[in-house]
Amino acid sequence: MGDSEAAKKKAELDARFTELYRAHLRDVYSYSYYRVGNHHDAEDLTEQTFLQAYRHFERAMRESNGRPLRPWLIRIAHNLAANFYRDRSRKPEAAIEDADVISSVHTTESLVEGREELQSILEGVAQLPDDRREALIMRFALGMDNREIARALGRTDGATKVLLHRAIRQLEGIVATPEETQA
Amino acid sequence: MTSGTADFEALLREALAPIDPPADLAHRLELTLVNLTELAQEELESWELSTMRDPRNWVRPAAAAVVGTTAGTALVLLRVRARHRARRAGSGNLLQLAERTLQDIAEETRRVLPDR
Repeated sequence: MGDSEAAKKKAELDARFTELYRAHLRDVYSYSYYRVGNHHDAEDLTEQTFLQAYRHFERAMRESNGRPLRPWLIRIAHNLAANFYRDRSRKPEAAIEDADVISSVHTTESLVEGREELQSILEGVAQLPDDRREALIMRFALGMDNREIARALGRTDGATKVLLHRAIRQLEGIVATPEETQA
Repeated sequence: MTSGTADFEALLREALAPIDPPADLAHRLELTLVNLTELAQEELESWELSTMRDPRNWVRPAAAAVVGTTAGTALVLLRVRARHRARRAGSGNLLQLAERTLQDIAEETRRVLPDR
């Protein structure tokens, strides 16, 4: 491959990466934020995710066979988050760092009235086992379907469907009886 | 799906609403990616080790290697620094040591920034 051909190929790859970045920056940030529970670490995680993705983008493009790359991107964030907790020997923060997040995201009056209920759901999500919590974040914060979640978590579609079902059931139980489960 | 389940899932969707990244994060990331995809490429493409014997030429390629404060480039420097320490004792003179260090930067940068 000549220099100009290689440069052209690289430019195309960079353009594709820019598209991926613009399309999914919010997804990666949302995932990171709900995963680590604060903005500071979510920013670090998001930045690391895209840098890691950039390093392996060509291979991912080659191996994706045209399938969407969002699950691959979220899988990178998932792995980095796991390392983040291992390195710092700590678990995700129990609740989102400031309650203002809810009011800033949900601006209508009716939603503000329901704020307590939403807060208890967020606290319940934080109590779930890692895999269930992640599946819920991917489904409800990112709007990923079962197949995408399955690819991101390295599971089968069937196992992912069961995982989501059990996560929702467990969360309903936690929210219904918070004082028992949080004790 | 029962209406109770649907209601709960609707609440869950509201509680886990997507979060917009801070503007400065988007700005910083874009800048980093632009640096990685353009500036470093231009500098490294014009980097010829044959000109490196003159210490006055060391600044520009070194700047290309450390462009941005990214994990990728930090990784380059960490790896190079580790090898530099191990190699220092074995090098005959300062010029030889400096040249080998520059070669390491080139190799590590190519690894971190593939196809360059």
